[in-house]
Amino acid sequence: MWQEPELTERFVSVIARASTQLPSDVVEALRQARDQEDEGSLARKALDTMLRNVELAQGAWQPICQDTGTPLVWIHHPPGVSTRMLVRAFTEAVKKATAQQLLRPNAVDPLTEKNTGNGAAPGIPTVHCEEWDEEALEVRLLLKGGGCENVGAQYTLPNAELGADRNLEGVRRCVLDAVHRAQGQGCAPGILGVCFGGDRGSGFVESKRQLLRPLHDRNPIPVLDELEQRLLREANQLGIGPMGFGGKTTVLGVKIGYLGRLPASYFVSVSYMCWANRRAGARISPQGDITWLD
Amino acid sequence: MARLTLPTDEATIRSLRVGDFVELSGRVITGRDAAHHWLVQSFRQEVAPYLKDSAIYHVGPVVRKNPDGTYGFVAAGPTTSAREEPYQATVIGMYGLRGVIGKGGMGRKTLEGLKKFGAVYFHAVGGAAQVLAERVRRVETVFMLEQFGVPEALWVIEVEDFPVVVTMDAHGGSLHEEVERHSQQRLQELLGAAG
Repeated sequence: MWQEPELTERFVSVIARASTQLPSDVVEALRQARDQEDEGSLARKALDTMLRNVELAQGAWQPICQDTGTPLVWIHHPPGVSTRMLVRAFTEAVKKATAQQLLRPNAVDPLTEKNTGNGAAPGIPTVHCEEWDEEALEVRLLLKGGGCENVGAQYTLPNAELGADRNLEGVRRCVLDAVHRAQGQGCAPGILGVCFGGDRGSGFVESKRQLLRPLHDRNPIPVLDELEQRLLREANQLGIGPMGFGGKTTVLGVKIGYLGRLPASYFVSVSYMCWANRRAGARISPQGDITWLD
Repeated sequence: MARLTLPTDEATIRSLRVGDFVELSGRVITGRDAAHHWLVQSFRQEVAPYLKDSAIYHVGPVVRKNPDGTYGFVAAGPTTSAREEPYQATVIGMYGLRGVIGKGGMGRKTLEGLKKFGAVYFHAVGGAAQVLAERVRRVETVFMLEQFGVPEALWVIEVEDFPVVVTMDAHGGSLHEEVERHSQQRLQELLGAAG
């Protein structure tokens, strides 16, 4: 079984990959978006710059975006692994990655207003551990920047202003409103993680977990799959475009999940992920070998 | 693609219009949340010469410290400018800025400030941290590093052919207001067509 120092090193590799190598499905979506925009338009120019940036970051193994975000990680582990050890190892990995400029020193103590300098602070990184029956460890990491985090939104239904009732049509209305409100601020074209149900905290966590799904991943629940495809189409009709310059591509993907709710509450939580959708997935075998996941 | 050297003058800035692509060269100072708050609290003599007729760049860079004590920008794309909306027009007026570099655009108060004092908003591509860091040729000096930390410090940098688009000009023009209006209209149409 894994020792803490070797696991820390593996986690640094996962962080390096997330921060510097944009997943191929996202690169492909950006290319398609670029080809759709008019020659000479601000939108096309912005997408060209993004694609060039992705190449530079990939070649140099340097951060795609200087805001390396909040590291949000979900770890599945076999029985008998200490979750305290996993949290310690991952936190240490964040500090090492920060020292290597794979991450920016990105944690501020709000009481003293001091940057901690090493990337860690209470609640940063956020590590979710869950036991499973397999022998390997699975790590799924998302680096979520502050600009896109700031435009996330949570609605309570019914919402009279939006004409949103407690049903999927109500969810649709909230999501479109959130995209409109975000404009280009979250670094469009973005990817939307949505959760309906849950409480205020769990709803946002689930909406972020949805962002781990590759863009081509289809929702196994037919009505949600249909809603995801429809919202992708409709959000792109808003005309906000890359960086809010106007254009045909405002959103690259919509991913929807749900959680149980109380009779009194019906939350719709929308997490906006920037085009620099920095996610990485890895399986770590009991021998310590890494297999990269989509 | 127009080229512009910083520091510049009012007439040059007033000749720019929304939609113009510009490549910036010369000296720029970085500043974001903590810096703007600090700049409006009182007149900061030590940084004033770097702001006069130049541009402030909303960025929290990743910075490398070289063995010889100098610094290099590793990643440096723009941060969301909207958070500086309460302060920006004041900073422009107090220090004589000619440009603001950021992303996402800014609001009415800043737009009025740009018009009044003769300045523009230059939009850089968010997330393009490598493309833009490559354009940062040199780090000249830094202010408030110890107090604010790396992302929030005021870095004086020299840029070369730094690519931006004018999205708010000194004549009251704003691409952001146009796009917002248009998308609001589309949203109402989509919400009217209930599923």
